[in-house]
Amino acid sequence: MQFKQLSVCLAACAALAAHAQVSDDVVKIGVLNDLSGIYSDLSGQGSVTAARLAIEEMGGKVLGKPVELVFADHQNKPDVAANLARGWFDQGKVDMVTDFPTASTALAVMEIAKQKNRIVMPSSGLATAILGEKCTPLTAQWTTNTYALAAGTARALVKEGKKNWYFITADYTFGHSLEKDATEVIKADGGTVVGSSRHPFPGGDFSSFLLKAQASKADVIALANAGNDTVNAIKQANEYGITRKQIVAPLLTYISDVHSIGLDKAQGMYLSEAFYWDFDERSRAWSKKFFEKQKRMPTAAQAGVYSATLNYLRAVQAAGTDEAKAVMAQLRKMTIDDAVIRNGKLREDGALVHDMLLLQVKAPSESKAPWDYYKVKTVLKGADVYPPISPACHIGQ
Amino acid sequence: MFDISMQALAAQLLVGLINGCFYAMLSMGLAIIFGLLNIINFAHGAQFMVAAFLAWIGFAQLPLLLGPEFKVNFWAALVLAPLLVGGLGILLEKTLLKRLYHLDHLYGLLLTFGVALVLEGAFRHFYGISGVSYDPPALLQGGVDLGFMFLPVYRGFVVVASLLICVVTWYLFEKTRLGALLRAGTENPKLLQAFGVNIPLMITLTYGFGVALAGIAGVMAAPLMQINPLMGSNLLNIVFAVVVIGGLGSILGAIATGLALGLLEGLTKVFYPEASTVVVFVIMALVLLLRPAGMFGKEK
Amino acid sequence: MKSIPTPVRILLALLVPALLVPAFPEIVYPVFMMKVLCYALFALAFNLLIGFTGLVSFGHAAFFGWAGYTTGALMIRFSAHGLPVELAILAGIATATAIGWLIGTLAIRRTGIYFSMITLALSQIAYFLAVQIGWTGGEDGMQGIPRGRLLGLIDLSNDNHMYYFTLAVFALGFLAIHRIVHSPFGQVLKALRDNAPRAVSLGYNTDRCKLYAFMLSAALAGLAGSLKALVLQLSALNDVMLTTSTEVLLMTLLGGLGTSWGPVVGAALVVSLQNYLAELGGVVTIIIGLTFIVCVSFFRRGMVGEWQAMLQRRHSKQHNAPIQDRATTTAETPGR
Repeated sequence: MQFKQLSVCLAACAALAAHAQVSDDVVKIGVLNDLSGIYSDLSGQGSVTAARLAIEEMGGKVLGKPVELVFADHQNKPDVAANLARGWFDQGKVDMVTDFPTASTALAVMEIAKQKNRIVMPSSGLATAILGEKCTPLTAQWTTNTYALAAGTARALVKEGKKNWYFITADYTFGHSLEKDATEVIKADGGTVVGSSRHPFPGGDFSSFLLKAQASKADVIALANAGNDTVNAIKQANEYGITRKQIVAPLLTYISDVHSIGLDKAQGMYLSEAFYWDFDERSRAWSKKFFEKQKRMPTAAQAGVYSATLNYLRAVQAAGTDEAKAVMAQLRKMTIDDAVIRNGKLREDGALVHDMLLLQVKAPSESKAPWDYYKVKTVLKGADVYPPISPACHIGQ
Repeated sequence: MFDISMQALAAQLLVGLINGCFYAMLSMGLAIIFGLLNIINFAHGAQFMVAAFLAWIGFAQLPLLLGPEFKVNFWAALVLAPLLVGGLGILLEKTLLKRLYHLDHLYGLLLTFGVALVLEGAFRHFYGISGVSYDPPALLQGGVDLGFMFLPVYRGFVVVASLLICVVTWYLFEKTRLGALLRAGTENPKLLQAFGVNIPLMITLTYGFGVALAGIAGVMAAPLMQINPLMGSNLLNIVFAVVVIGGLGSILGAIATGLALGLLEGLTKVFYPEASTVVVFVIMALVLLLRPAGMFGKEK
Repeated sequence: MKSIPTPVRILLALLVPALLVPAFPEIVYPVFMMKVLCYALFALAFNLLIGFTGLVSFGHAAFFGWAGYTTGALMIRFSAHGLPVELAILAGIATATAIGWLIGTLAIRRTGIYFSMITLALSQIAYFLAVQIGWTGGEDGMQGIPRGRLLGLIDLSNDNHMYYFTLAVFALGFLAIHRIVHSPFGQVLKALRDNAPRAVSLGYNTDRCKLYAFMLSAALAGLAGSLKALVLQLSALNDVMLTTSTEVLLMTLLGGLGTSWGPVVGAALVVSLQNYLAELGGVVTIIIGLTFIVCVSFFRRGMVGEWQAMLQRRHSKQHNAPIQDRATTTAETPGR
C-alpha cells in the first residue's frame, strides 16, 4: 500500500517537475524591426533598448533559466523577416518575437510562428488584417491598432462640435484602414466626411491636397498617413495658413514625428497615442531609464516593446513553462498594468485592450523642457476605442 | 470628379507650376552632367539632400559648436552649401568617376548609385530618418492672398529664383563662348585638346557645376519639406523622367519638361491623385517610344 | 563523346555537397539555401540579358514579383481544390512571359540608356498596378502560400522535400541557360551585343532576337519568382519594387557579368549579406553602397570574372581564347 502511494506521489512529483520546463534551457526574445530605414526612428534601436530594460527588470532570469535577447534588421522586407524568424525559431531557440513595423513583415512572421508554435507580439506593426482575417491564437498585438488610434481622435473632435471632416490619405492599406475606421466613428457620432484625397506613398508635396482640403471648408483635416508624409503635410499646412482656420488631425503620429517637426508647427493638434512618457510617475521613472541609454524619450512603439517583453516574461514565470499556448493562456488571464500599459486585457483575437491617451500638442511657450510636448486631455478607456472582434477572424478554428 | 471650380483649378495649376519650376532647376544639373559628360549621376538626389542638411547644420548646429556668430543664415547657405557640395562632387569625380569614362554608361550609374546609398545611410545614422525642420528666412515668411488662393511668399520666391537660375544657366551654356567651348569639348575632345584646352579640368568643373546646381535646389527645398535622408531619392525618380523626356543633354528640354511635368502632376492630383507619381512614368514611356531622343534632344 | 564544359562540371561538383545540406542543418540552414537558389536563378536570368545580350533592364522585378503573386494567389485559392503546384508555377512563368512580351516589344525599339529607361518606367507602372489591384494584398502582401504536393505525391511543405525540388529546378534552369547561351541563338545574341550593325547586315532579325531573349529572361525570372513565393510562402510589394531590380543588378555585377557562375556567387553573397548583416544593426544600406562603389571601381569583372582573368594571366603563355567580359568589350565597342 505504502509503496504504491509513494510511487504515485513520486510520479506526480516528477510530472510537476517536468511541467516547470523551459525549452532549450533558455528563454530567448527576438526584436525584429527596421534599424536602418523609414521606421528606424519610431522603433529601431530604441525598441532593442526597451526590451533590454524589461529583461533587466526581471533580473535576467525566469524560472531559474537565463533570458537572452537577439535582434535583427528586417529592412522592411518580409522575405528577410521570414528567413530571420525561421532561423531564429528552428535553430536560434527564440521563443518570442516582437516589434515589426511594416505590416507585411508582421503578417509573414505571424504565419510562421503559428506553424512553429511561437509567440509574436507586434508593437509598431499595424494592419487591420492582424486582428482580422490573418489573426492567429499566438499573436498579441500589444501597443495599439489603427481603429483605436482613429477612433479616439475622431470621437473627441466630433464631440467638440467639429463635425465636417476632410481626409488626406496615403494610398496604402494602412492609410485606407485609418480613413475607414475614422469615418465609421465620425458617422456614428453624427459627423460627415465632406471629401478625401488619396496620395501616393510616399508623398512629397501636399500643396494640392491641402488646397482642396482648405476649399472644402471642413472643420477638421485628417491625415490618414504616417511618418514623413504626416510631418510634411503639417509643415505645409502651416505654410498655407491652413492651421489658422482649420484643425489638422494626424491619425498616426509618434512623439518622434512631433520632435522632428517642432512645436511651433505642431501646436494645438489633437492626436491619440498608446503611451506618453510624461503621463504619470511610473511612466516618467521608466522613461528616464530609457533616456539614459538612448538619449531620446521613448515612442509608444518602443515603450510597447518593453511592456510586451516584461509581461511575456511574467507570464512565463506564472505559467511555469515557455510553451507558447500555455503562455498565451496565462497572458490572457493577467491584467496588464505597468509603466506603459494600463488596465490591459488580452482578448482572444490578439488585441490588447487598454487605456489610450488623447493628447494635444503644447504651444512652444507651454513646453518647459525638451520632449515636454503633450497635454493629456483624456484617458480613453479601451472598451470605448477598441473595435469589437472582427468577423473575419476565425480564432479557434 | 469634375466638380471643381475655376478658382480651385487655377490654384492647383499654380501649385503645379511652382513644383514644375523646382523640378526644372533640379533637372538642369542632371541634364548638364549627362548631356555634356555622358555621366548618369544617380547621386544627384543625395547631393541635393546633403546641401539641404548643410543649410540646417549651419543654422542649427554650427552656432552650438562654434558660437552664435557662426550662425549661417539662409542667404549665406544658398551660396556656401552648393560650393561645398560641388566641391565634394569634384572630389568624387577626380577620384572615382574619372576611371569609368571609357566604359559603358552603366558603370558610372552604378558608382553614383552606390555613393547615394552611402550618403543616405550615413545621414540616417547621424540624424535619424524623421529628419529636421528648417524655416524660410524672415524676409520670405508669410503669404499673399491672391484671391483664388493664399500664396506663401517663399513659394513665390522659389518660382522667381529657379527661373532666374534656369535662364542664366541656359544662357551660359548656349550663348557664351565658354558654353560653346564646353559643347565642342564633348563632341570632339581630341581636337579641342589640340587647341590647348584642358579637357579633364573642364569636365571636372562641369561636373562640379552640375552638382552645385543640385546643391542650390537642395537649399531652396529645405524650407519646403522636412529635411530627411530620403528627400532626394524620392524626387530623383521624377527628375530622371524630366531629363529623359526633355532630352538627355538638352538644358532647354529639362526646363520646359520640368515645368510641363509639374503642371501635369498638378492636374493629376486634382483628378486621379493616386496616380500622380506613376503618370510621370507613363509619359516617359510614351515619349521614349515616339521620340526616343526626347522632346528637345538629339539622339547620340 | 563531347567533353563536359567547365560550368557544367562545376555544377555537378557542387551538387554533391548541395545534396547533403539537409543532413547538416546547423552548418547551412536549408531554407536559407533555398532562398539563395531562387535568387541565383533570378540573377542567372538577368545575366542572360545583360551579360550575353548587352541589354540592361531596370525592371526585372516586374517579372519576378508578378510571377510570385500569380503562383501565390492560385495556390492560396485553389490548392485545397486540388490545383497541382506545377500548374501554379507554369501560370507564374506564363504571367512573367506575358509581361516580358509587353515590356519587351516596347523597350527593344530603342537602345542603350533609352532601353533601360523604358524598362524602368514600365516596371514602375507594374509596381503601381501591384499596389492598386486588390488580390495582391497591397502592402500587407500574401502569406501562408501553400506549397502543395509535387506530382500529387511528394508533400512540399516538408522543408527537405522542398529543398530537393528547388535544387532540381535550379540545376535545370542553369543547364537550360547554359544551353541557350551556347546554342546558335546564343551566338546571335552575342553578335548583337558586340556589333549590332554587322549582325543586321548579316541578315539577322535583331529585333526579333532581342525580343526572344527578353522574353526568355523574363520567363526564367518568373520561374525564380514563383519558386521563391513557394519556398518562403510569401509574396509582397517589395518583390516588384525598384530595389529588387537594383538588387539583382548588384548580384550579377558582384559575381561577374557574362560569366556562367558569377550571378550565382553574387546572389549567394548578397543574400548572405542581407541576412547576416541584419544582426549587426543599421549598417546594411551603407555596406551595400560601399560594395557597389568598390565593385564598380576595382572589381568590374566581378568575383568570378576577376578569378577567370587571373587564371587567364597564368596561362597567358599558352594558347588561349579571349575572355568575353563586358568591361573590356565595351571599351572596344565604338559609340556610347
